[in-house]
Amino acid sequence: MKKTRVVVAMSGGVDSSVAAALLVEQGYDVVGIMLRLWAEEGRDAYGRPNSNRCCAPEAVADARAIAKLLGIPFYDVHAEQVFKQKVVDPWVGAYAEATTPNPCFNCNRSIRFGFLMQRALALGADYMATGHYARVVSPECRVPSPEGASQTSGLRTGDFRLLKGRDEKKDQSYVLHVLGQKDLRRAMFPCGGFVKAEVRELARKFNLPTAERAESQDLCFLTQGDYRGFLTRQKPEVAAPGPIVTAAGAEIGRHEGLPYYTVGQRKGLNITVNSANSQPLFVLKLDAARNALIVGAADELGSRRAFVGAMHYCADVAPPEPLRCTAKVRYKAKEAPGVLRPLPNGGAEFEFDAPQRDVTPGQGLVCYLGDEVIGGGVCSSLRVESRE
Amino acid sequence: MFYQVDALRITSMSQRRVYLDHSATTPMAPEALEAMQPYLGDYFGNASSLHSYGREAAAALDEAHFVVGCALGARASEIIFTGCGTESDNLAIRGAALAARKQRDLVRGHIISSPTEHHAVEATVHQMNELFGFDVTFLPVDVHGSVDPDAVRAAIRPDTVLASVMLANNEVGSLQQVSAIGALCREHGVLLHTDAVQAPAYMPVDVNELNVDLLALSAHKFYGPKGVGVLYMRDGTPFLPTMTGGGHERGRRPGTVNVAGAVGTAAALKLVARERGAQAERLRRLRERMVRGVIERVPDVRLTGHPDLRLPGHASLVFKDVDGETLLMALDVEGIAVSTGSACTSGDPEPSPVLLAMGIPREWALGGLRITLGYHTSEADIDALLDVLPGCVERVRRAALEMM
Repeated sequence: MKKTRVVVAMSGGVDSSVAAALLVEQGYDVVGIMLRLWAEEGRDAYGRPNSNRCCAPEAVADARAIAKLLGIPFYDVHAEQVFKQKVVDPWVGAYAEATTPNPCFNCNRSIRFGFLMQRALALGADYMATGHYARVVSPECRVPSPEGASQTSGLRTGDFRLLKGRDEKKDQSYVLHVLGQKDLRRAMFPCGGFVKAEVRELARKFNLPTAERAESQDLCFLTQGDYRGFLTRQKPEVAAPGPIVTAAGAEIGRHEGLPYYTVGQRKGLNITVNSANSQPLFVLKLDAARNALIVGAADELGSRRAFVGAMHYCADVAPPEPLRCTAKVRYKAKEAPGVLRPLPNGGAEFEFDAPQRDVTPGQGLVCYLGDEVIGGGVCSSLRVESRE
Repeated sequence: MFYQVDALRITSMSQRRVYLDHSATTPMAPEALEAMQPYLGDYFGNASSLHSYGREAAAALDEAHFVVGCALGARASEIIFTGCGTESDNLAIRGAALAARKQRDLVRGHIISSPTEHHAVEATVHQMNELFGFDVTFLPVDVHGSVDPDAVRAAIRPDTVLASVMLANNEVGSLQQVSAIGALCREHGVLLHTDAVQAPAYMPVDVNELNVDLLALSAHKFYGPKGVGVLYMRDGTPFLPTMTGGGHERGRRPGTVNVAGAVGTAAALKLVARERGAQAERLRRLRERMVRGVIERVPDVRLTGHPDLRLPGHASLVFKDVDGETLLMALDVEGIAVSTGSACTSGDPEPSPVLLAMGIPREWALGGLRITLGYHTSEADIDALLDVLPGCVERVRRAALEMM
């Protein structure tokens, strides 16, 4: 009988290597593909050519060595142009609109589950796997249902469901909220049922040479994580100096360009406040129209509502009525409870029970019901309301 | 790094594999390997040394020059061993153009080439323009990728020093009328270089019949070892050694000579000279069956390059609305090794410049596939390809539609 074929997105790192090894061990017909993504030319701290983790020759060599070790075919496929066009350019463009964008959403939607999925299907794959810490539950697989999900009237049964990874600290479901049914039905996240330490342990068990590799944190296309320098080089006009003003309208300083700031930021404002009752100032808002940075005291920060212009649901359809659930406004933010209200125009409003400090235009608002990702979207800058 | 394999149940690699990429490289003939072996072991001397060790190596090297010269209709002294075909092209173009310009006391000088040349020629010619100030004319090609000798006549200027036109195209397999072009060049005092890398395993290569002054070969394309190139340079050709060093290869290519490689190259060339007549006929029939089979089974496919005046085992196909690299991977997963025929890479959706120069529309030119047969290719190999290819093309097309 023909074995089930799975294409694994490999990066040379621990997680995707273990994902590939687990699938081989489970008897799948595994094919590894590494995408060469666009990265800025540059030098690392040692003056060597940019050793970006996605694209460095060392990473390709690691991935190829692992594929050889596992006895699977391996291809490195150039995707620089499509990555720049679908991920990097929109990311730079979003800064120009005075938001704080997350490029991983577009990457997962257009590159991994677009460009790469197309190649996986062309290779006759039944599934595509990545090293993400997340889980997919298929309709047939009636594992103990995550708390709360099955009792909720708004959700259809029979859907493929996206769950958080078992490792709470590593959970990457936030950046995968862009996936829909046609993606989830073909997705596999073999690491999702493990915690990171177990994945490293598996890497050792499989004798994978990347077992001890350090975690990479920065955006993959930046040189040394310097997004400011990157933006100025890519699009100098995005960073025009302008006024720093209080909510009341008083100009109290100058900023170096809105992209260099994000909501909730305190450090780096460079303001000398001469009033006696001086208190720390925080960024409340980036005002693109006036190129102004609005600042205020900690108690002025935060909003109870977040608006999403285009809300995506993993079930492909919106819950028919408002849903009590939790939401995260940044990758590393804490989930907070509230009510998700789908809007007739395809957008959504989320009303938190308590004000949230970091609701930031450009970042994702992702909703959860227990471990299950309901969906999400990019917070809009149009109607982020100040604290009520 | 040291890897251990036993921790995993490795999927068996027992899948049948079919190699149909002989334009990329060929397996080394046992005759060549056998001829080389002594010079990788006992006879390790440096051919430039005066002592007995050196003499052993020098004698073998002399013989290799002689054998390769004979095979090409040249004198032993006209044969230079290099590191690869690309190096031969580089040495030929840069060395001859610079020396001829100096000899003729020209300020700029003019080089003629074609738009379907291998990168080794194309990039060198561009550098001659950008760095060394030569004017360059790229000749037009017809739908088969062929250069009309009349176009060469029209392009020749009083200050033309060199023309470079390949003998057999690596990507589409078409043969150029090098002999006629060479006659024209000679008439006008223009040196002619030809990249003949794809040719010798499948057709006779005689420098006098071809009327060339410089000719580049690569041993691994004719069942010889990798890492050895040959440059034929007609005696009396103006030449500036662009690699400088000792007096090896009569000062034209300094660097300790790869004696084993030269010996293996000579053995392989002797072998292919003997085999290529029968092989060419066999491969032509096999290729024709394959192309017919593909066209019968797959919609929207075309053969590119000249239908007859082409390398016998070479088929280049374009598939409408298909990404060539993805098709290559889909075939490889099924055990069939082919190439896209160009350096075009997926994710960088630039169609092959060679195909575009031949007037092939963009939606076809992205889907180039090169299937090249060799001495070991069997009827069963072609059956295996015909068995798998239609399904692969269909999957690639369906996946593109689905993800649109």
